[in-house]
Amino acid sequence: MTTIELRNVSRWYGNVVAVNDITMDIGPGVTGLLGPNGAGKSTILHMMAGFLEPSKGTLTVDGAPTWKNPGIYRKLGLVPERDSVYAFLTGEEFVTATAKLHNLPEPERAAKRAIDITEMSPAQDRRISTYSKGMRQRIKVAAALVHDPEILLLDEPFNGMDPRQRMHMMELLSGLGDEGRTILFSSHILEEVERLSGTIQVMVAGRLAASGDFRAIRRLMTSRPHVFHVKTSDDRRLAAALVGRDYTHAVELTSKGLQVRTSDFGAFCAQIAVITRDENIRLTELLPTDESLESVFGYLIAN
Amino acid sequence: MFKPPVLNLTVAAITVRATLGRRRAFLFAVPALILIALTLILRASRPPGAQWPDNVLGDFGFSVLLPFTALIIGTGVLGAEIDDGSVIHLLATPVRRADVIVTKFAVAVGLTALFAAVPELIAGVLAPNSGKLAWALFVGALVGSVVYSAVFVLASVVTTRAIAYGLLYVAIWEGLLSNLVGGVRILSIAHYSLGVANAIYPDQDLRAGLSLSTSLILAIVITAGGLYLATRRLEAFSLTGDPA
Repeated sequence: MTTIELRNVSRWYGNVVAVNDITMDIGPGVTGLLGPNGAGKSTILHMMAGFLEPSKGTLTVDGAPTWKNPGIYRKLGLVPERDSVYAFLTGEEFVTATAKLHNLPEPERAAKRAIDITEMSPAQDRRISTYSKGMRQRIKVAAALVHDPEILLLDEPFNGMDPRQRMHMMELLSGLGDEGRTILFSSHILEEVERLSGTIQVMVAGRLAASGDFRAIRRLMTSRPHVFHVKTSDDRRLAAALVGRDYTHAVELTSKGLQVRTSDFGAFCAQIAVITRDENIRLTELLPTDESLESVFGYLIAN
Repeated sequence: MFKPPVLNLTVAAITVRATLGRRRAFLFAVPALILIALTLILRASRPPGAQWPDNVLGDFGFSVLLPFTALIIGTGVLGAEIDDGSVIHLLATPVRRADVIVTKFAVAVGLTALFAAVPELIAGVLAPNSGKLAWALFVGALVGSVVYSAVFVLASVVTTRAIAYGLLYVAIWEGLLSNLVGGVRILSIAHYSLGVANAIYPDQDLRAGLSLSTSLILAIVITAGGLYLATRRLEAFSLTGDPA
């Protein structure tokens, strides 16, 4: 069993604190590292991968520090966010070369296995420069998996992938997690994390804002008050109807329509159409007003 | 315990393919072609004054061809990967950092020798009455390839502006100052090369400023020191993410 342990880890660049006093353990299974852009996710991943020295605190994999310790790469694989690979190599050459760099006894076989796992064999003899974004991502995963590592770190692995590629990558990662590997990926998109991982770590502005089971955090996220802007043919009548529902937190009549606060995002969305139809009101506009990730994360920190 | 670094053939193969596959490959063939063309033209036109091979092979060869070829190759073998980020795929493996540096250095030396020292030898053989001079310059250029490569590989690990600083060093320090101020030659790789060449084939017109022993000792110290520092620097290679 392989665990990544962070104890009071901070990292700053000059006066800017990128990661602030983070303590966490990442164990086997798939863990999502979630947060808006600039929250410090990449900084954390780079430190875990041994490519950045923590300014303070300790970061270890099974007790061994990752910084200045190339031996750690025998059990750790990294899929960096940047799309730079040796584009003049074919996929197969790239993965085989990585196997050789790991000094594996049978590099060709290891490469074939990794390429099969990522389902890249049909394209393995093409140069990487001809690959799509999703294929590059997969060949990078194949290279990171070639030495059968216990830990796989992925920085924004779904960026730029189309929905089908995304699904495939998610299946791949959850399969690897089920095998007992420690898989950590970063993302700024909630839905990606929702599909994939049971455990999440939410980062906001360099701090750990929430940590634990995804469903619990999701509930916290969905039960927060949501604000909708609604325009109808009869705002006053709709306001009266909404006030009678238990998921309605507050209704405000404004000159530009209704501001509705609801404590249950799902119920409100499901009911609004029913209510307007029953009341014979024409709905002309329905706008969620604070759906930015920042506001979601902001709410999480406040609670 | 000190374990001597060893060449990593996988790293070497990728480096050679990357270096020769890039558009820059044309760039470092240009000075070599100019040197050979110049030699052929001069040989055909037979200008008065017997010392022109010294000027062309010594001056152009050692103050233009050798340093610029070495600069482009030496800063590229590792620097190009650092610039575009692909070096991460190499560094996320247990390969010893000293092995990476020594392999990159060896490839740089080999390619610089191929594109600077060998053309120097060819031009030397083509030039009239220059049998031993050609070999002396060839050996001098080999020494230069080694020292320049170590320095430029180090520069590419230390700074992203390695080419700019390298140009300043070659053009200002070696090209200008070392000819005006004698003491500057102590830290001029071109003068180590000339010192070695001059020891093999003593020639006034080469204008060597350093003795053989001084040249060799400094060449060894700078090469070893450069490789050591480059390794230390690569061991602490950091990915700086988005600090904002």
